[in-house]
Amino acid sequence: MAPILEVRNLTKKFGKGKETVTAVDSVSFAIEPGETVCLVGESGCGKSTTGRMVAGLLEPTSGEVLFEGKNIKELDSAGFRRYRQSVQIIHQDPYASLNPTQTVRQILTAPLLRHNKVKNRAGAEARALELLEVVDLTPARDMIDKYPHQLSGGQRQRVAVARALTVEPKFIVADEAVSMVDVSIRVSILTMLSRLKEQFHVTFLFITHDLALAKYFAWEGRITVMYLGRIVEDGPTQRLITDPRHPYTQALLSAVPEADPELAHRKRQIELREAEIPSLLNLPSGCTFHPRCPYFVPGQCDRQVPALEPLDVGGRVACPVRKHEHVPLLV
Amino acid sequence: MTKGKLDWQMDEQQNGKAPLSLQNVHVSYATRRGKVQAVRNVTLDLHAGESLALIGESGSGKTTLGLAIVRLLPETAQIEPGAIFYRRNGREVDILKLDRNEMREFRWRDCAMVFQAALNAFNPVLKIWAQAWDTAKAHGWHDKEAVRQRLVELLEFVQLDPRRVIDAYPHELSGGMRQRVLLALSLLLNPQVLILDEPTTALDIITQRTIIKLLRKLKEEQGFTMIFISHDLAIAAELADRVATMYAGRIVELGASEDIFYRPRHPYTLGLIRAVPTVTGGFEQLFSIPGSPPDLIDLPTGCKFHPRCTFATDRCKVEEPELEEVGPGHTAACWHWQKVEEELRRNPLHRGVLSVLEAVSFNEEAVS
Repeated sequence: MAPILEVRNLTKKFGKGKETVTAVDSVSFAIEPGETVCLVGESGCGKSTTGRMVAGLLEPTSGEVLFEGKNIKELDSAGFRRYRQSVQIIHQDPYASLNPTQTVRQILTAPLLRHNKVKNRAGAEARALELLEVVDLTPARDMIDKYPHQLSGGQRQRVAVARALTVEPKFIVADEAVSMVDVSIRVSILTMLSRLKEQFHVTFLFITHDLALAKYFAWEGRITVMYLGRIVEDGPTQRLITDPRHPYTQALLSAVPEADPELAHRKRQIELREAEIPSLLNLPSGCTFHPRCPYFVPGQCDRQVPALEPLDVGGRVACPVRKHEHVPLLV
Repeated sequence: MTKGKLDWQMDEQQNGKAPLSLQNVHVSYATRRGKVQAVRNVTLDLHAGESLALIGESGSGKTTLGLAIVRLLPETAQIEPGAIFYRRNGREVDILKLDRNEMREFRWRDCAMVFQAALNAFNPVLKIWAQAWDTAKAHGWHDKEAVRQRLVELLEFVQLDPRRVIDAYPHELSGGMRQRVLLALSLLLNPQVLILDEPTTALDIITQRTIIKLLRKLKEEQGFTMIFISHDLAIAAELADRVATMYAGRIVELGASEDIFYRPRHPYTLGLIRAVPTVTGGFEQLFSIPGSPPDLIDLPTGCKFHPRCTFATDRCKVEEPELEEVGPGHTAACWHWQKVEEELRRNPLHRGVLSVLEAVSFNEEAVS
């Protein structure tokens, strides 16, 4: 199948001269229709910047974004508008992403009318009520006249999802979409998003720092791990979390606190050579993980930027030194 | 440092009294809309050398309870009725009856609170050294050289380079470094009890691990008595000997960490555990808890969890259950805890060893 979305050598630099920060460095990946891909990594790894470039909110410094096979830079204005509608983004903070002076009705009907998704106001209202049902904000009639401040964090995030759905997107970038929601509510929002995959054939790029959530949401999909602007490893979720090959992925998985006392105490402890993450302003040469990597090979890792190479167990890894080594995470 | 801790544990063995015990503690805030009942009727013994995690969602009262112990609540808060007894070297005081000066003595010397390492936990215009020196002076310690030496020792203990940190401003440090500096500062006056509010929240994963290792070291090597306050169940699983689940201002379940995670008896605890995925466990079927946390001004009648509870009956709407024993050292406040037990027999949690085995068997398939 042809990918719905593909990025090639995507790079984003911020700032000028000596102050230049390379937030995303030659990132390439492709997502098939219906696939669920999670982009994970710590703060500053470039995952959100990548998401914003995919959604067309940020222009890449170099590299290409292809949506349904077409380079978005080469689209005419009608084509670009279609792309912007087809790709929607859901932000982390539903307190900031909804206009506090508008009711749910206004928030939902405005895009429906603006993009001619409905014939008239009555149609917009009916569609808005339908969408509230879709995102489980029920009874919809009670919800539609509320202002954002009258809703809980979880309910606001559902409104943000409903708003994204007004323009019938094919692709949704969910950037830390449940990070600010209470633990007990998170799962129901994820379940709702998963249902959209089936119901509306939406393809998801799910961006998160939380590996446990990534595992749960993309159990049948793929995880892509970023570190300091580059992809270090990707692959089918179930392989990546049980048999990670990149030393950074291993360090990350072994470091995640586990909500299970037995797992918490049986986790392999991986000692990094350096605890602090390097500054983006002064990135290490070669593999950017080399100053912290326990398997550092002098003369190799600090000289050459490792290429992402395919793995026989599925996915790709950017570590020629350790790519064949299986390291069990529980001991 | 260690010797004092041992004396303290012996104290408890001899007189059978816990060093910190909360009895029937209530905290409320006066607001325009009415009285917010943030903490209701909490009775809890903290044993010498143990670590206890208070878990619950936002608004469950866990932070308020922590702040009540060191009496750092805002003016609008009322702590009554209730008593918080603190026992050290044969003396016993009710913290709630201490005057300003005695309270200052107690805070930091006996019990220190470590806040979430946001920038606002520090004075932004003071270097780290000045923050420490201020603290020492405020507690009557005027030997500059000794304070400096103690700070260097502590910074080394939390694996920071004192030369780099001591003359830095808070904004010059990373989040993980700030959290470690706060931890070092809290130990400055050698307290017995540490209360840590969200010690790893908002930190990157690898930094979280560094902090967890450090806290384990404090617990295992130095015998500190610690209370962890977190919304993150993982912190409880990683660090706590005992776990208390809080809901709507009350402790609804209390037990050994293993009991809480593998044999929960309160529907809310069960709900929380079923809502949280692990990374290295196998596939987990997760469920969220229906509804949302209650309005603390206008609490539901009876059991405060009943509007969200799948086990609720008419009795739950009227009568609020008290904590009762459901196993050795394990209490839960639920009329239907036996039904929770049955439910777990029908639908096991797939946690612990079992999920580990599942993960391993998947791996073998993948390799072969």
